[in-house]
Amino acid sequence: MGAIQHTITDPPSEELVLVRAAKTGDDKAFGELVKRYDRNVFRIAQHITQNREDAEDVVQDAFLKAYTNLQQFQEQSKFYTWLVRIAVNEALMKLRRRRPERTVSLDEDIQTEDDSVPREVADWAPNPEQNYNQAELREILSRTIQGLPPGFRTVFILRDVEGLSTEETAEALELSVPAVKSRLLRARLQLRERLNRYFVKPTVETT
Amino acid sequence: MKCTEFLKELNEYLDGALDARTRAELDDHLAWCHNCYVVCDTTKKTIQIFKNTEPYELPDELRTRLQQAIQTKCQAKKKAGPQSV
Repeated sequence: MGAIQHTITDPPSEELVLVRAAKTGDDKAFGELVKRYDRNVFRIAQHITQNREDAEDVVQDAFLKAYTNLQQFQEQSKFYTWLVRIAVNEALMKLRRRRPERTVSLDEDIQTEDDSVPREVADWAPNPEQNYNQAELREILSRTIQGLPPGFRTVFILRDVEGLSTEETAEALELSVPAVKSRLLRARLQLRERLNRYFVKPTVETT
Repeated sequence: MKCTEFLKELNEYLDGALDARTRAELDDHLAWCHNCYVVCDTTKKTIQIFKNTEPYELPDELRTRLQQAIQTKCQAKKKAGPQSV
């Protein structure tokens, strides 16, 4: 609750000043908003679509849609949360077009009885990522997160990588707060489980 | 506290969003339950690694191209007027 209410009572943020200027037709201000958030939108789009070309399209389409509908932005939440909501919807549409055989939705719930129960519990090395170079590590993370359903990986990315609050994530994805919390826990635990094979501390054999 | 109860609170524990009393209960559990300690520690590392290593950076060249494309499209939309929305 806190984060959303703050934006209502606090003096206008730098972001809001830009948004208000853009609403009056100041394209330079809108350009500043693009510069401010294009990297984030690209990352989110790439995580959802898992396709570079689609992610590029999503960045363009999302900002164009935001520009076109700016007057409808009510300023009750952060502009960024509103933009993320647009971008997620655009990215899901791309995904649906690529995978017409499957219904792709953030509501899909594939929970099984034990998908939150850790199966493999083994300690990791203190800084396990240091055993890989940056390119290898990026490849590992990309492969690992691709294995999660879109609804899980999107919640994880918004909360843990992009730093949105639980409430902002719920708002951006049009999910309830308990749904965000449940998906986040399952996403975190599943990613942990999938990273085990790369990061588990080698066992020392004693003779 | 049982391990399943600990797992239910893991998110809030990792996010530092618990009241002092619940946090202390979870700390007590972690002090003797090695499995939960490992799950908690490796989940924390999972989050940190993803946070610190972004696999999808936007290259400057592509960024400039996208910004120009957005600007062009927005200008075209503006010229076309609101009926094109």
